[in-house]
Amino acid sequence: MSKIKCKCGHENPFGTVLCEKCGRPLTEEAKQSEVVDMRYEGSARRSQTYKRSIIDKIWNFFSSVKIGVSIIIAVLATSAIGTLFPQKFYVPVQTPEDLLAYYERLYGFIGTLYYKLGFYDMYNSWWFKVLIGMLGTSIIIASVDRVFPLYKSLKRQRTKRHPSFMKRQRIYGEGTALTPDLSLEKAEEKLKEMKYNVKKEDGAVLAEKNRFSRWGPYVNHTGLIIFLFGILLRGIPGFYVDDTMWIREGELRSIPGAPDYYLKSNQFIMEMYTKEEADEVFGKALDRVGSIVKNYQTDVSLYKKKEDGLPGSTDMEFVKDYSIIVNKPLKFDGYNIFQMDYRLNELKSMKMKLIEKETGDSFGEFTIDLDDPKGVYELENGATVNLIGYYADYAGVENGEPVSKSPVPNNPAFIFDMRTPEKPQGEKSFVAIQQTLETEENAYQVKFVSADTRHISGLTIRKDKTLYILLLGGIIFMIGVIQGSYWNHRRIWVQKGNDGNLLVAAHTNKNWFSLKKELESVKDYAGLPKYVDRRDTDIESEQEEGEK
Amino acid sequence: MMELADLSANLLLVSFIAYLVATAFFGGAIKKASSETTYKKSRWGQIGITITVIGFISNLGYFITRWMASGHIPLSNMFEFTAAFGMMLVGAFILLFYLYRTPSLGLFALPIAIIMIAYASMFPKDITPLIPALQSHWLVIHVITTVIGEAILVISAVAGLVYLLKNVDLTKPSRERFWLEAVMIALVLVIGFVVSSTTFKLTGYEAHFTYIDKEDKPKDIEYNYPPLFGMNEYEAQTPEAMTPWIEMPAIVNAKTLTTFVWSVATGIVLYLLLRLSIRRPVATLLKPFAKKANSQLMDEIGYRAVLIGFPVFTLGALIFAMIWAHEAWSRFWGWDPKEVWALISWLFYAAFLHLRLSQGWEGKKSAWLAVIGFIIIMFNLIAVNLIIAGLHSYA
Repeated sequence: MSKIKCKCGHENPFGTVLCEKCGRPLTEEAKQSEVVDMRYEGSARRSQTYKRSIIDKIWNFFSSVKIGVSIIIAVLATSAIGTLFPQKFYVPVQTPEDLLAYYERLYGFIGTLYYKLGFYDMYNSWWFKVLIGMLGTSIIIASVDRVFPLYKSLKRQRTKRHPSFMKRQRIYGEGTALTPDLSLEKAEEKLKEMKYNVKKEDGAVLAEKNRFSRWGPYVNHTGLIIFLFGILLRGIPGFYVDDTMWIREGELRSIPGAPDYYLKSNQFIMEMYTKEEADEVFGKALDRVGSIVKNYQTDVSLYKKKEDGLPGSTDMEFVKDYSIIVNKPLKFDGYNIFQMDYRLNELKSMKMKLIEKETGDSFGEFTIDLDDPKGVYELENGATVNLIGYYADYAGVENGEPVSKSPVPNNPAFIFDMRTPEKPQGEKSFVAIQQTLETEENAYQVKFVSADTRHISGLTIRKDKTLYILLLGGIIFMIGVIQGSYWNHRRIWVQKGNDGNLLVAAHTNKNWFSLKKELESVKDYAGLPKYVDRRDTDIESEQEEGEK
Repeated sequence: MMELADLSANLLLVSFIAYLVATAFFGGAIKKASSETTYKKSRWGQIGITITVIGFISNLGYFITRWMASGHIPLSNMFEFTAAFGMMLVGAFILLFYLYRTPSLGLFALPIAIIMIAYASMFPKDITPLIPALQSHWLVIHVITTVIGEAILVISAVAGLVYLLKNVDLTKPSRERFWLEAVMIALVLVIGFVVSSTTFKLTGYEAHFTYIDKEDKPKDIEYNYPPLFGMNEYEAQTPEAMTPWIEMPAIVNAKTLTTFVWSVATGIVLYLLLRLSIRRPVATLLKPFAKKANSQLMDEIGYRAVLIGFPVFTLGALIFAMIWAHEAWSRFWGWDPKEVWALISWLFYAAFLHLRLSQGWEGKKSAWLAVIGFIIIMFNLIAVNLIIAGLHSYA
């Protein structure tokens, strides 16, 4: 593609709208316009210049801000739809049939539709991921398309601009000055005082400040891309661990997702706010809502497998004791363990006694450890109780056999074989909570005495190596967005025109109000000609009204 | 401690009244001024801003004394959060007033803050102790930053509203007039909520019910409005209370629905009365107050507020939020409805900035976007807390 040679002699890249050096409009459209479009300085952007090959077309598609905004709106809309009903991970059921039934039961036809369309798992759906991917692509291409031409253009800009450039600025004024040279000098002085960088060339002054704010958008887009990249990394094994474990008080377990580490739960604590300690301030609230939880806590000991230990050996060394509470996870070796859930009062052991039904005489007590129900319990006077069947979560009898629906001791039941000197051949008895079944009338009975319970803690184990990348992305984004929002790039041009005229023009990418305030003080100090803001129609109409 | 809590309540009342008085002065500034310059330097405007600042200081006093009384930052339930939102809105207005010195902004920002504080006061005002998830210094950092960011963003909508009132032709029917009137109706509906809620609170209305929730568990509920709608399988515990018209399925919170319908009904009655007495769109009542505003300046303020607020909002509602979520819930992002709506607000304002910067959406388009942004923020505050309910619904 050929270069465009401007009248000033500068060779501009193909597609340039305003000459990089002197600012002369180069296209017909720019020549016709009253106020020239100053975005990207009228530089030649790839997307505006090449439109032929398929790569050009893809490039142009993603570099368009219109497309970018459309993608943003699409992400916004899909995200919003996802909040209409609870997402899959907040629903208490998991299998597809149960999920369908759940949405149908609670939300009727719309619920069914919500499930069928896949909206119940919106944020893991392929189309949501595609949208995010497109957003990332758009951010990269749109930024690259703009940042380099803009940089070149701002670097090559000349101090002395062509009058045709000046005239097409939003803020522009021209007029005669008695002493143009003195005005220029005074303007320069005042602008310097206001922290502008002032350049001079042949009867022209260019004052510029905060050019760096123009890079803000590109910096914040870089931050966003780093953030999205970090999210992509989580798919790689080893970068990201997310597991849960249930641990009972007194139990020692290996930590899922963290090989070689073991955790022992010493105690689970749940505390409520009490009226006495919460004093009068909270009294009313406690009356209104009942009880409010103050603390969930699991006291744990962390162990690590010894380094010189043989493979498969369970030699461990103590690492530390810690109290995991909400907002204070246990941290070690890149892992975090969080207090997430609990179950109270699970049965731990049950104390029983063997009695003779008629007299009520006891042969003594024995304790069944529900984690490890033992076979034979020796009692006084030569009696023994043999535990021949254990059903942790007894759920009735099927095909003549008692069944347990889970290994969790929610409703333990036992079959005992009781042997006493009187009945050495033994008597069989089925014992569940509040019930005893016998095949034939027995002389002896196992009776429940008491039970020990314990609490269970639900813990989540996380390791996330991408966090620092995400944080870095976040910090860069913040720097960029602050750089671009809290400063603005201002330029003021003053130059001598023909026959002793002075021309003034000014441009900023945002916050015209402050620019005008600064320009006003320069004008007053240096005696510059009057200028107008061609966008501010109110002022003109008010002046007209005043004149009438 | 209780004395502090009482002092706190009184300080809030003082600031509420101060804002009302200041609004009147800003109104005066607009009535009296004859030109742009006299308007800017107007005596009335000076008095207005002074009273606003006094009110704001008293409001800060409310915040600090309540903090001292409870031992934790007063941003942990619906009343505290919304009241703080109103306060920060005034703070954001003061900031922008000193940047641009325009009484028009105050005339519209203060009433919105007043409505917000009144709305907040309809929720239980007891000081509640913190649940474990909230016991973290991130509560202070995350919520304060978010609320400041949102308040500044709302100022953008206030400027947008002034811009639209001034520039939309209200003399003949148009789509813009319709939607502007719709915004007015929405504001009247909020007032309807405040009026109806206060009325029934003063009469001490109470109706108790038992019902079955969506997980099939029996629950109790207390209505403060005559129950138009009954909860799922409800049984009345207060015999003299009215019998609900219809029973709702378990997924609908019939109490919220009842409150909503009462508020809307009251609001519509208020609106119709107003409309009948003036015989023209309600927006025309406000138009004279927007007339003195400089359109260019309002457009500028609307944009500037987004520029100032957007980074603060990002920091508070996304970055700090993620850091805290990682500490408390083990993941920095969990697609909880409140999180999603914070992301939606953020995406919306990102779209706003892009449309303005590169599509040249200024003036009316930009003003409408700012108003929509306000609606999204309010939706996240009100609807997500009361209707969608997730991990964030502490109220």
